[in-house]
Amino acid sequence: MVMQIGKVSWISGPVIRATGVLDASMLEMVEVGNERMVGEIIGLHGETASIQVYEETSGLKPGAPVYGTGAPLSLELGPGLMGGIFDGVQRPLAALAAQSGSFIGRGVHAHALDRERTWPFKPAVQVGDTLRPGQVWGSVQETPLIEHRLLAPPGVSGVVTAIAAAGERTIEEHLLQVASPGAAQDLTMMQSWPVRQARPYARRLAPRTPLITGQRVIDTFFPLAKGGAAAIPGGFGAGKTVTQHQLAKWSDADVIVYIGCGERGNEITQVLEEFPALVDPRTGRPLMERTILIANTSNMPVAAREASVYTGITMAEYYRDMGYDVALMADSTSRWAEALREISGRLEEMPAEEGFPAYLPARLAAFYERAGQVVTLSGETGSLSIVGAVSPPGGDFSEPVVQHTKRFIRCFWALDKDLANARHFPSVNWLESYSEYLADVQGWWRDNRRLDWKSLQSEAMTILHREASLQQIVRLVGADALPDEERLVLEVARLLREGYLQQSALDEVDTYASAEKQFRMLQLIIEFYHRAKVVIDYHCPIFQIRQLPVITDLLRMKSRIANDRVAELDALEAEINRQIGALEKDYRP
Amino acid sequence: MSRVRLAGGQEVRGLARVEGPLIAVQGVRNVAYDELVEIVAPDGRRLHGRVLEVDEEIAVIQVFEGTAGLSIPETRVRFAGRPLEIPVAAEMLGRVFNGVGTPIDGQPAPLPERWADVNGAPINPTVREYPRQYIATGISAIDGMNTLLRGQKLPIFSGNGLPHDQLAAQLARQARLGGAEAGAEERFAIVFAAMGIKNDVADFFRRSFAESGALVNVAMFLNLAADPVIERLITPRAALTLAEFLAFEKGMHVLVILTDMTNYCEALRQLSSARNEIPGRKGYPGYLYSDLASIYERTGRIRGRGGSITQVPILTMPNDDITHPVPDLTAFITEGQIVVSRDLAQEGVYPPVAVLPSLSRLMKDGIGEGLTRGDHPHVASQMYAAYAHVQDVKSLAAVIGEEELTKVDRQYLEFGQAFERQFIGQGLEEDRSIVQTLEAAWKVLSILPQDELTRLSDDELAEHYGSTEGLAYT
Repeated sequence: MVMQIGKVSWISGPVIRATGVLDASMLEMVEVGNERMVGEIIGLHGETASIQVYEETSGLKPGAPVYGTGAPLSLELGPGLMGGIFDGVQRPLAALAAQSGSFIGRGVHAHALDRERTWPFKPAVQVGDTLRPGQVWGSVQETPLIEHRLLAPPGVSGVVTAIAAAGERTIEEHLLQVASPGAAQDLTMMQSWPVRQARPYARRLAPRTPLITGQRVIDTFFPLAKGGAAAIPGGFGAGKTVTQHQLAKWSDADVIVYIGCGERGNEITQVLEEFPALVDPRTGRPLMERTILIANTSNMPVAAREASVYTGITMAEYYRDMGYDVALMADSTSRWAEALREISGRLEEMPAEEGFPAYLPARLAAFYERAGQVVTLSGETGSLSIVGAVSPPGGDFSEPVVQHTKRFIRCFWALDKDLANARHFPSVNWLESYSEYLADVQGWWRDNRRLDWKSLQSEAMTILHREASLQQIVRLVGADALPDEERLVLEVARLLREGYLQQSALDEVDTYASAEKQFRMLQLIIEFYHRAKVVIDYHCPIFQIRQLPVITDLLRMKSRIANDRVAELDALEAEINRQIGALEKDYRP
Repeated sequence: MSRVRLAGGQEVRGLARVEGPLIAVQGVRNVAYDELVEIVAPDGRRLHGRVLEVDEEIAVIQVFEGTAGLSIPETRVRFAGRPLEIPVAAEMLGRVFNGVGTPIDGQPAPLPERWADVNGAPINPTVREYPRQYIATGISAIDGMNTLLRGQKLPIFSGNGLPHDQLAAQLARQARLGGAEAGAEERFAIVFAAMGIKNDVADFFRRSFAESGALVNVAMFLNLAADPVIERLITPRAALTLAEFLAFEKGMHVLVILTDMTNYCEALRQLSSARNEIPGRKGYPGYLYSDLASIYERTGRIRGRGGSITQVPILTMPNDDITHPVPDLTAFITEGQIVVSRDLAQEGVYPPVAVLPSLSRLMKDGIGEGLTRGDHPHVASQMYAAYAHVQDVKSLAAVIGEEELTKVDRQYLEFGQAFERQFIGQGLEEDRSIVQTLEAAWKVLSILPQDELTRLSDDELAEHYGSTEGLAYT
């Protein structure tokens, strides 16, 4: 029900005030001016409402009408989301382009979901069945990858009195009727949900399954569990966006929601060009068939940037509720925090640290806590994992957004400027990063892959740590002054850094490493270390080890051996044994 | 004669207050946020401004030319009823304008083809075309290590007294389309916007464009150091409005040079402080990121429209500090950065490009087989890795002395020298082809033993290692 609730009295950028507002509620969605720009009430003082407007307010005048909608800012949820690209308030960008051309104009309205398109509806309940909230009552094949399960909205229950037959249906057709206490309710394929409210589930589960990303430094050393929350902080040029893109491409989630929040226009375009052409290694289908993009580039209105993370996470929860594993990438949460700061400044609120509002930690907590592995209302298991990029000014991790984010995540991938400068990518610093999920997912590796992940992983980490402390000595006296045993540690650490941790997003083979390939690669490096250590103990000089041709093979196996040819690593293993075995024979006392 | 179009609109006599660059007008109705305003000073001068804040009674206006000479009772303010627009036309090329688009070269105003809002509008990401064509600049540090693509925004981070202007001018002079489409008949234009730079610098660019015969394809928007500060906030927007017209309506390939963005940000800070806004880092307003984005994002290509906008903003880092808010926020928006190094400049290397902190984010999509040369991605990666190692060796050598270094590390030092002198260093007029740049790279890489070059494939090493052609200079 849309009716005028007041008129504009003050305008300064994205925040306006309206007077004469009697009948409005906090966080109600409003329409502003004759162009009916979308806004949201963010403060009420007597008859004055403060409103953030999701479009450019140039040209708006005091006295312009403000219309109330009687509902909070909500999303349309239903078939047609998958593969779509939306702005921060869920306007489909393709439809906007059709209406207003290459540049995004103001007051352009478009439904998030196509009203004309038909979907192959299949009912899942019968007349007489009892429908509970969250229960699946039908489905459509949304993309070849995603079966879109139609869920009874939370709060809807009763006995099914009518259900449409299978067939091509639009999202507005009444397909199901339930007799609920009070009145009969008609359901369509589409439902609406307020963006700022987390969708309900039955109960939370402890995260136990790793999200396999195909990125070695993450999967091996700092794993993210399905349903976990991770942060990637890094200054400019450290590779946040490439890492986020890699996760979006290769994670073994069913659904990816990618939020480009205040970032570059060309990056969104890159995703749009790349994803339809890239093939999911598990399903062989184009990645776009499982991806939803939210694009609010840095020059789009700042209030819509604030909304974009909620828009994204609400869609993600909707697919989680169908029983899917969903991974959400937000790039960058710093831009979102800055949008909060800008709006807060315009409201003349008292700032806390560095001008950010005092409620910044509360908002961050509310966002990251929406991650989780849950039993849905319909009894299925679904998960929502969150990966938030953080862009600290000057690459300084002591600033408020990084610090507060660290309180609410359990996995921290610290990107390092020095590594990036040396073109060591992904530039995840192995000394500063951590994952509290490491212990949680060990059981999965053991039970599902029968791999003794833990001991390999911790031995490799020990070598890297030893290298770090040895490097301090090397910096003072040079590597030659070290005993050969320690120089071997440096050599193996180099193998780990260059041959394992470094992973090229651009190399066709190396861009994704299967769990099996990761395990075997790490096993070979550690085996090389063990064998070489024996030879060193026989007083074989280190240069003999360093000259072994197999070192080059170990450095290059990542891009030489494809994921489906991991067995070829057996030959490399034999080669290690042969070459070191020869040395062993020479030096055995 | 004012070039700003005003039609009808209401007029008010008398101001409520004057504070720094801001004036407030009382008793106005129907004034829009961001509306263009014409101000007639008591002495008859015509000034311009725009509405920053408006309620039912009072409009706060930012005056571009400054508020000197305005009096409370005698100043007249006329509201235009539209946002700030400038005339755009293809014949603006070859002309010189002030910071808000009024010609200052003594010639008659070009006939407008259209009026355009200086604020522009965001390009819908779904209609963008991803940059994939590389621009050959003839500069090895850029072409080889930080390749610039058409439609990219790649700033130059520099410091006072460093040769960033020479570098930008050389880039503008030599830039041409590389790769398969090299030599195709295309229309180029340069839009040059100066914010608060010295007269000498503006003159240097004008002479440089004139000497290369490019002046007829250059439109210059000049707000020099002594010009009104607030006008600077409009200058890059006016320039980009013309650039968008040339690129997306006339199909031209436009290179936009904005210098110096630090002065622009200082003008924004001045305005923000006059408005009593809560300051962010170093007194810059909290919305500096969004504001800079509204400039830098006006770059790129649009599907189905021939032209492109490539931006090369120049900024001087206060105290050479790359973590200062202006370079920091810029680099978060732009697609990389070219960092000019004082150390290299002092060692006499031109162009003194510090390659380690420099980056071209789009490079990977414009180089390699069929674009530049197949070995280019690996060569660049190997050069970065090796040069990064040189820095470690240098600090080690500083402690233990060069004689104590291993043989390989001494080779790295030699590589570092050759890299800086022979690969990065080149002449002001020297225009290297991409093949020359890559051969130069192989020559310096060949100083290192083969098994150090782990980022190069066996085939590449077999084909190019040890090659010493293509370098006739040191």
